[in-house]
Amino acid sequence: MALDLAKYRRRRLRSTITICLCWAASALGLTILAVILATLVFKGFSGLNLKVFTEMTPPPGSDGGLLNAIAGSLVMTIIGVAVGTPIGILAGTYLAEYGRHSKVSSVIRFINDILLSAPSIVTGLFVYEILVATMGHFSAIAGAAALAVLVIPTVVRTTENMLLLVPNQLREASSALGLPQSIVIRKIIYKAARAGMITGVLLAIARVSGETAPLLFTSLNNQFWSTDLNAPMASLPVVIFQYALSPYEDWQRLAWTGALLITAAVLTLSIAARYLGTSRTSK
Amino acid sequence: MTIDASLTAAPREKVDRTARAKMLSGLSRNDRTFSLLTRAAAFFVLITLGAIFVSLISGSWLALKTFGLSFFTTESWNPVTEHFGALAPIYGTIVTSAIAMLIAVPISIGIAVFLTELCPMSLRRPIGIAIELLAGIPSIIYGIWGLFFFAPALQQYVQPELIALFAPIPGLSDLFSGPPYGIGVLTAALILAMMVLPFVTAVCRDVFDTVPPVLKEAAYGMGWTTREVVKNVVIPYTRVGIIGGVMLGLGRALGETMAVTFVIGNAHRISASILAPGTTISATIANEFTEAVGDVYTSSLIALGLILFFITFVVLALARLMLMRIEKKAGA
Repeated sequence: MALDLAKYRRRRLRSTITICLCWAASALGLTILAVILATLVFKGFSGLNLKVFTEMTPPPGSDGGLLNAIAGSLVMTIIGVAVGTPIGILAGTYLAEYGRHSKVSSVIRFINDILLSAPSIVTGLFVYEILVATMGHFSAIAGAAALAVLVIPTVVRTTENMLLLVPNQLREASSALGLPQSIVIRKIIYKAARAGMITGVLLAIARVSGETAPLLFTSLNNQFWSTDLNAPMASLPVVIFQYALSPYEDWQRLAWTGALLITAAVLTLSIAARYLGTSRTSK
Repeated sequence: MTIDASLTAAPREKVDRTARAKMLSGLSRNDRTFSLLTRAAAFFVLITLGAIFVSLISGSWLALKTFGLSFFTTESWNPVTEHFGALAPIYGTIVTSAIAMLIAVPISIGIAVFLTELCPMSLRRPIGIAIELLAGIPSIIYGIWGLFFFAPALQQYVQPELIALFAPIPGLSDLFSGPPYGIGVLTAALILAMMVLPFVTAVCRDVFDTVPPVLKEAAYGMGWTTREVVKNVVIPYTRVGIIGGVMLGLGRALGETMAVTFVIGNAHRISASILAPGTTISATIANEFTEAVGDVYTSSLIALGLILFFITFVVLALARLMLMRIEKKAGA
């Protein structure tokens, strides 16, 4: 049988075109990332000075910084993570250790995965309904609660995954020593899975520290310095939202600086988390 | 921890039996408490979901009672006469997400094929991480970037070309008509496409990795080209997983808020042109909620939230079911 060279060449050509398209798609993805980061640095870096960290958000037309917004973001993120992490770790422990094969666990796992990608603005509405509407005013507590609701599913997922990676022999050996299950989990399994669990928490922090939608109508915003958890509190993302959409040029400049800060923080956290995650698996 | 002392000390010395019994019962009490705590935390996840549904339904009750089914079918959104209909935001949400997925899915599959089949080993991880970083960039950053960089660029260079290109084609001319505003439905959809890209890519890459190498090697051994292997082996084998990943991305796109709010233009109307400003459910809520006066207004916005949550819930649930199927296949 004669080789149909023309046909073969056509197949090769089509394959080459597909390969080129795949290269192009990847280049496009990388270009988008590069362009976004470059724009941020270009527009945000010029506004970066000491005042940003030492002065309050200004009224239009005057000088100022982002101190109250940065502090507010830190406070609410810390509270949200501090509340959400223990619940997430405990729930993840249940899924991986106590109820690994039970029916209820698979339902919980399923629901948790849905909550993980559910729209965060709905979380904001939910917390508005149960906290803001009942208390009658916006507050930093409500903002922190909304963030906690977002932290929980992330931590549950990573905790469960990391605990499942711990070899069963470790559990069996510890139980054979007569240790009660809770001590096996807390003293041995948690230690073995520690790096992975920290990764999960870091990813959760990275996720919530850029969240805007759930804060819009829970913690609202505050032009001034406030440490009252029962009062509205400024946060970096909400200030960026407000200032970017304002007609004042100095506000827009501050918004870009804020955007640069938040992106730098979030990307640093996620790279740190990834580094921690790989240094463990490669061991 | 008390246990260490008891374990080492017990056999050697005479132990007070009552003290030891007390300690052991304390241990088993701790054990039970811890187990109960983890169970309670796990059920907290279920309760959260239930509470979200209940609170949204109770919050939107007034609006649903006032407008009934017409809430879903009217386009008017008038805070002055307190007459609200959700059609325009629902339409905007679906159209932006659909366009976003049309653009993002082929590109994502391309990147996933690149990462699993073509990319040199040493570049695989760095490029994979770079794409994942796109997912890490907060939504508001896409928003501010879209408004000040992407939309003006689109307005200046792309939209006039699109209008000129499609003007003579009947049917398509309406889709690309009107002045180039920069912001609008198409801009929002493009930004959404960039945002869901990393999610779909990650899922596709993971499911492509589940294809047994022996299948691909056999196909290559028969003299198939890379394109034929991907088209006839990899994609059929992972079809369910790809659909799951697409649905996951769709769930993200439907609920995405801040980025869309910046660039969609927030106009409560349904236009034939995708260059015109529009609105989505999440953008409407983000823009209007804190300024809503009157119970009916607030309740209507919460009703929008309920619709959004319901749609995304169904989409994400389907996504998970499909991904679970491919996980089972990989495990078997």
